[in-house]
Amino acid sequence: MRLTGWGFRYPSRHAWAARDVDLRVDPGERVLLTGPSGAGKSTLLHALAGLLGPDEGEQTGEITVDGRAPAEARARTGVVFQDPDAQLVMTRAGDDVAFGLENAGVRPERIWPAVESVLAEVGFPYGRDRATAALSGGQKQRLVLAGALAPRPGLLLLDEPTAQLDPDGAVLVREAVARATGARDTTLLVVDHDAEAWLPLVDRVVELRPEGGAVEHGPGWRPAPLRLPVRTPRPAGAVLLRAEAAGYTHRGAEQPALAATDVAVPAGRTLAVTGPNGTGKSTLALLLAGLRPPTTGRIAAAPALTAGLRRPDRPPHRWRADELVRRIGTVFQHPEHQFLTGRVRDELALGPLRSGAGDDAAHRRAEELMERLGLAALAEANPFTLSGGQQRRLSVATALATDPAVLVLDEPTFGQDRDTWGELVALLAEQQRDGRALVLVTHDAAVVRALADDELALQPTPVPA
Amino acid sequence: MTLPLSLGPVRPVPLSAINPVAQLGAIAVVLPVLLVSGDLLTPLVVLAAEVCLLPAAGLTTPRTVLARTWPLLLGAAGVAWVNVLFGDAGWASGVALAVRVLALALPGVLLVASTDPVRLADALTLHWRVPTRFAFGTLAALRLVPLLAAEWQTIRLARRARGVEPGRNPVAQGRLFAGTAFALLVAAVRRGTRLAAAMDARGFDSGIARTNARGSVLRRRDAAYLAGAVAVCAAALALSVATGTWEPVFS
Repeated sequence: MRLTGWGFRYPSRHAWAARDVDLRVDPGERVLLTGPSGAGKSTLLHALAGLLGPDEGEQTGEITVDGRAPAEARARTGVVFQDPDAQLVMTRAGDDVAFGLENAGVRPERIWPAVESVLAEVGFPYGRDRATAALSGGQKQRLVLAGALAPRPGLLLLDEPTAQLDPDGAVLVREAVARATGARDTTLLVVDHDAEAWLPLVDRVVELRPEGGAVEHGPGWRPAPLRLPVRTPRPAGAVLLRAEAAGYTHRGAEQPALAATDVAVPAGRTLAVTGPNGTGKSTLALLLAGLRPPTTGRIAAAPALTAGLRRPDRPPHRWRADELVRRIGTVFQHPEHQFLTGRVRDELALGPLRSGAGDDAAHRRAEELMERLGLAALAEANPFTLSGGQQRRLSVATALATDPAVLVLDEPTFGQDRDTWGELVALLAEQQRDGRALVLVTHDAAVVRALADDELALQPTPVPA
Repeated sequence: MTLPLSLGPVRPVPLSAINPVAQLGAIAVVLPVLLVSGDLLTPLVVLAAEVCLLPAAGLTTPRTVLARTWPLLLGAAGVAWVNVLFGDAGWASGVALAVRVLALALPGVLLVASTDPVRLADALTLHWRVPTRFAFGTLAALRLVPLLAAEWQTIRLARRARGVEPGRNPVAQGRLFAGTAFALLVAAVRRGTRLAAAMDARGFDSGIARTNARGSVLRRRDAAYLAGAVAVCAAALALSVATGTWEPVFS
């Protein structure tokens, strides 16, 4: 595969998504394509997969796979994207792997042996009849990988295949990739900003630069270390919020989503909630945030937090929304879920307006936050069009706009590159210095190291035999 | 509350041995008969035959039957009630109408309870030449439905976290509902686009003649099932004509 002076621009954008890229990859090579968000990594991968037709935007330079245009070579290319749920087509594991073979017109009697062998290759631990809906994220992604490998592609493209998985799931997928490409009959191109994890699996590292061009890193290259903020540990302040044997069971479910949990959230400290998927980390965040009522136990707010409430005796989930946002702020895993307006400026003013601030005061608060969080240049932009890192900063800023004493964040560093990671962690450290209590639900061990004073590691509930 | 429509693989039940297109064929046989018969006896005989098939579709306990048919029962009761209230023919016609609604819809329940969606898509594309793009595209889209249900919950909670809550004001409730629905639509379109790209990347509908790994065979029992549907309809009509109760709706 070969690119010379390649560039691409989406029709609605002014800036080039990628430009001046020269890259040559020989058959059997394993290449990691890295670089900060917005450098055009995914665009390049889509182009190689033959998914960027002339309708999608403007192209310059030359791009070939196997000496042909990527769209013509599509049958020789397998792709794995981020979200396993947006890639599985069938309801059973084996049927899904067979899907690509059927599309290629492979004779039915040759499909099932091929499916069996590729499932074994990626280390899929279940049979062909396993329901895809019952799989973990990591196993789903293994299945997607098997589906991409089944037609025996000459080129395998992986677009941040572990970005939506927990660390265990990511390991499952990387193991499967290592096994499946060990024989070197497939050329591999991985796009990921988590370079460190992929280094043992690749021969070359190429970094796309946001200003254009690509830099080849020599052997022995390591990504720059994460920038950790300097923190001065503070003594725990007064406890603001407390979970007392709080648990949650979904209606009709046999197993609780969260087993009875005790935890205290004191002012000026950061509590990290960790543990494997399915232990109820996000559920605990929703309970502490006053968004869901616990089905057992209770969430108790201290007088410091309930002062000024019309009914201070009520638990947080019974507070009115405008009373809630001035006391407990929540940042969801996907920022788009939270955006309600068409401009960054309005988005930041919304919380203060809702909780009774005047028009001037609300917009002053918005200005101040934009200034502090480096969003001032984007004041008029639509929140949905921002990059992942900018969206994340904006969602934290919207929660801060109403000056809550407690900030609950679900996977705040999810999908962030190293630069935005550093910015975000610094921003959160600042909140803690201001005396806010932080609750972080996270899989990211680095963020726990960087910020947490206390860690609550949730354990899987033993399944009764 | 269980949704009456299942989207995952269906555990095989005796009726699963009948090809989905044969079941659809049986529906096509029953449908016109029920549509034209305005009396009580004809739909009652058909309904009785359908009820006999419920155990074969794995609906053996009142609980499982109810779980699959509650919206249907509710609908039939509603139709009957409206007819009694506003119609001029009174109870008898209300009940006849309800029985017709049940007899019309129960074959659909049997089909859904006994048929794996994938097998249905296989049968439709192989026997009735339904375009694969439509059949498998729909299949893939159905998989997203439970994900969207979870997303709806999250968006609702995220709005409360932004201080947006309708309280008891119905207008505000309506606006919040519309806003949430719009956010969900955006999320659905985004997911759908990604799914379409992934399917394209796997060579779906690329102009090559698609094969089918599972196949779909029509056997003698499928013909027998269809013949059974014809026989039941004929018997129902014969019985109601013989007893003089048959009453075509268009007369």
